[in-house]
Amino acid sequence: MPSRFNLIEEDRQQKGGEKRSETAGRWQHDSMQKMLTIISNVLRGSASRHGAQVVSEAASMVASSRSYADFTPEATFDIKKVDLHRLEEGPPLTATLTREEGLKYYRTMQTIRRMELKADQLYKQKIIRGFCHLYDGQEACAVGIEGGITLSDHLITAYRAHGYTLTRGGTVREIMAELTGRRGGIAKGKGGSMHMYTKNFYGGNGIVGAQVPLGAGVALACKYLGNDQLCVSLYGDGAANQGQIFETYNMSSLWKLPIIFICENNQYGMGTSVERSSASTEYYKRGDYIPGLRVDGMDVLCVREATKFAADHCRSGKGPILMELQTYRYHGHSMSDPGVSYRTREEIQEVRSKSDPISMLKDRMLSNNMASIEELKEIDIAVRKEIEDAAQFATTDPEPPLDDLCSHIFANDQPFEVRGATPWTKLTSTS
Amino acid sequence: MRPMRVPFGPPEWRIGGVRFRAVAQPAVIGSRIGRRTIGPASSGTSRSSLTEDRSKMASIRCFLRSGKSAVSVVLRREFSKTSPAAVQVNVRDALNQAMDEELERDEKVFLLGEEVAQYDGAYKVSRGLWKKYGDKRIIDTPITEMGFAGIAVGAAFAGLRPICEFMTWNFSMQAIDQVINSAAKTYYMSAGAQPVPIVFRGPNGSSAGVAAQHSQCFAAWYGHCPGLKVVSPWNSEDARGLLKAAIRDNNPVVFLENELMYGVPFDLSEEVMHKDFVLPIGKAKVERQGTHITLVSHSRCVGFCLDAAAVLAKEGVECEHMDVVTLAVVNLRTIRPLDVETIEASVMKTGHLVTVEGGWPQYGVGAEICARIMEGPAFNYLDAPAVRVTGVDIPMPYAKILEDHSVPQIKDIIFTVKKVLNM
Repeated sequence: MPSRFNLIEEDRQQKGGEKRSETAGRWQHDSMQKMLTIISNVLRGSASRHGAQVVSEAASMVASSRSYADFTPEATFDIKKVDLHRLEEGPPLTATLTREEGLKYYRTMQTIRRMELKADQLYKQKIIRGFCHLYDGQEACAVGIEGGITLSDHLITAYRAHGYTLTRGGTVREIMAELTGRRGGIAKGKGGSMHMYTKNFYGGNGIVGAQVPLGAGVALACKYLGNDQLCVSLYGDGAANQGQIFETYNMSSLWKLPIIFICENNQYGMGTSVERSSASTEYYKRGDYIPGLRVDGMDVLCVREATKFAADHCRSGKGPILMELQTYRYHGHSMSDPGVSYRTREEIQEVRSKSDPISMLKDRMLSNNMASIEELKEIDIAVRKEIEDAAQFATTDPEPPLDDLCSHIFANDQPFEVRGATPWTKLTSTS
Repeated sequence: MRPMRVPFGPPEWRIGGVRFRAVAQPAVIGSRIGRRTIGPASSGTSRSSLTEDRSKMASIRCFLRSGKSAVSVVLRREFSKTSPAAVQVNVRDALNQAMDEELERDEKVFLLGEEVAQYDGAYKVSRGLWKKYGDKRIIDTPITEMGFAGIAVGAAFAGLRPICEFMTWNFSMQAIDQVINSAAKTYYMSAGAQPVPIVFRGPNGSSAGVAAQHSQCFAAWYGHCPGLKVVSPWNSEDARGLLKAAIRDNNPVVFLENELMYGVPFDLSEEVMHKDFVLPIGKAKVERQGTHITLVSHSRCVGFCLDAAAVLAKEGVECEHMDVVTLAVVNLRTIRPLDVETIEASVMKTGHLVTVEGGWPQYGVGAEICARIMEGPAFNYLDAPAVRVTGVDIPMPYAKILEDHSVPQIKDIIFTVKKVLNM
C-alpha cells in the first residue's frame, strides 16, 4: 500500500505556495489569546480527525479571518506517476485543481462516505436487508472517474454501486429509499442495493463479470450511433479473472469500441486476496494487447487525470484502454462480512490514516488555502443533514403497493394477467 | 376462388380440388449447413381412384410401422387451380426476408452472431444481408457466446435493436446468464427504467444426426422465465410474422427456429408477404378444426400432428367400421406467454387433449399445458386425462435407428390419440 502519510511539516514544505510561509510566520507570532481560542476550537471539533489535521486546522483558523476572495482559486499538485502498459506516454504528472472542483469533489466524496456509513447503521438495525456492499474507502474512484468524463458518457459497474449511482445523477434520498425497499427508491423498491439505474448508468449488476460485456455493448451503440460518447465498464480484482471479460477484451479491440475498462483493485475479492486468486496481479496488463495504466485509486486527482487520458484515447478512435485503480475498501465485502478474517485491523487502520481519499483532498485544499476549515466543516454539516433527511425519508416512506408486484415485466405492452401463488390468484401486470 | 392460406387447412380444402399426398423426405445426414434433398414424390393420380388411395394408405401404414418416416414426412399440396397471389417461400427465406425488411425499416436494427455476415449464415438464414447492409449492421463475432450475447444486451440497453443469433440454441447455455439475468430481468429490476429490445434467435431442438450436445430443445427452459417472450414458429407464415413482431417488440424475445424446417416450402398469400405483416406474439392458431380431440403442439411437431390428423381422417373414410376421427390441431406459435384460452376453447369442444413436443417430458411445455388445463375451466370438459407425447427422456443418440426412436413420430401421435379416445 502506498504510504501517503507525511508529517504535516513536510507536507507544507512540499506543497508550498507563497501564502504558506506567511501563515507559518504568523503562527509563530501569535498571541496567547489567539492560541487559547484556537485550542478551544480544536477541542470542540470532531474526535475523528487525526493529529495532522488538528495542526493544519489550527493554522487555517488563523487564516480564516480573511475573506473568500483570499482563497487560492486554483493550484497545481504533483500526482503519483502512473505505471504504463503498451503506452509510450501516460497522463500528466501534475493536476490542476480549482477551488470549485475541490469543494465539489470533497462534498461528493463526503456524501458517499456518510451515505455508506448510514447504510451500515441501517443494516445493523435490520432496516436494510439482503445484500449491501459498501463503497467507503473507494470514493476517489467514483468521483475521479466522473471528473474525467461527462454525464452524456455511459457507465456500468458491478454490485458495489451506491457511489456510482450518486455520481451518475441519483440522489441520496432515492438511493437510501431503494436500500430500504420503499416506493420512493430509485427503482421503486423493485431492485435493491445491486440494481439501481439512472440515465446513462446501467447499474448495479449482481452477476460478477456480466457487466463488462454489457458495457462493451453500450460502447458498440456509441460507435454505431456516432455520438462521440464512450462507456466506462468497471469490475473488481475478483471479477478480473472472468472469462467473459477476456471475450470482451477481444471483441472491443477487434471492433475498436470506445470503452474504458476499469479494474477497481481493492486487494480482496470477497475473502480472497489478490495473491490467492490471480496468477498475475498486474491487472492493468491483463488486457494483453489493450494498453493499460495502473493508477493510485486513493487520489481523486490521479484518477481524474488518468480517466481524462483514457477518454481521449477512446474518443480518438484508438479503441479500448484499461485502467487499474489501486484502492481499498474499509468495510468487508458486504454487510455480512466483518472484513477482518482475511486481513488485519491494523492494515485497515493504516490505510485509513495514511491514504484516506477524503483526508488527502482536504489536506491539499487546506494547505494550499483553497478552502477554510470552517467551510469544509459547513460542508460536512450540510452533508450530514442531507444524509439524515434521506435516512428519515428512507425509513418513513411506505413500501411499494402490492399492485406494483407484477408490473414492469414487459415494456410498451397491454396489461396482462400474471399467475399468482395459487391458480385462483390472478394478478395484473402493467408496463 | 379460395384465397391461399396455410396449406394444411380444414378438410373443406379438398372440395376445392386439392388432394393430399404423403411424400417421404429422406434427410442428408451429416451436413451442418442443413442441405436436404427432397425425395421423389410417389406418382399421383386423381382422387377418384379409391384403389390407388388404398394402396397409398397401405404404404403409409408400412412406413409408420417401420418407423422410417420418422425423419420427415411432408404433405405436399397440389392444386387443380392456381392462385397468382400466393408465392412459395421456405422457412429459411421467410426468416431472411423478415430480417431484411426490418433492417431496412429501422436503422437501429442490426444482426450479430457467428458466421452471419461473410459466410451468409451457418444455415444460410442471413444470406445476402451482409452484402446489402455491410459491416456495421451485420456483424461476425468470434466464438464467444457469453461475450457477444452480453454485448448484444448492452447495445439494447443503449437504444439499439440487436438480433443476436446463436448458431444453435445449445450454445446459448454458454450465454444463458446474459439472456436471463441481464436481458429478461432488467426491465423489472429497474422498475421500468430500462427496456431491453433484443431478439435472440437460432435453430432449436433436434436436427438429424447431430447427437446429444446439439439436439436439445430449450422451449421449457426459456419458457420458464418471466420477462422473456418465447416464440416457436412452425411454418413460413409463422416464421415471417413472428420474427417481424419479435424485432418490433421492445422486450427480449427468444426465437426458437427449427433446422429441419428451414428448407420446407409453404404458400404465402399477398397479405402475408406485405412488409408490415406481423403476427401477434402470445396468440396460438388453430391449424385444423376437429371435434374429437385436441392436439397442441409447437414448431416441427405441428406438421406431424397435421399428418396424423390426415392419416386418421383417411382411415376413418377407408374403414367403415371405424369412426371418422377429426383432430383439432392447435399451433402454439408462442411458448410464453402461453395462449391458454385458445387451448381451453378447443378442449371444451373436443373433451380430449394431447400435447405433442420434441423436447423432454419432465417439466416440459406439455406438462405446463396439462397443469393449466387442470387448473382452469376446461378440466370439467375433459373426458379423459390429458396426456403428452414428447421426445424420449434420454440424451439424443447418434445412430439413425436410435435417433428415429428418440423423437415423437406420427405413429406415436396416432397411437396416443387412439388410446385417449379409447379406440
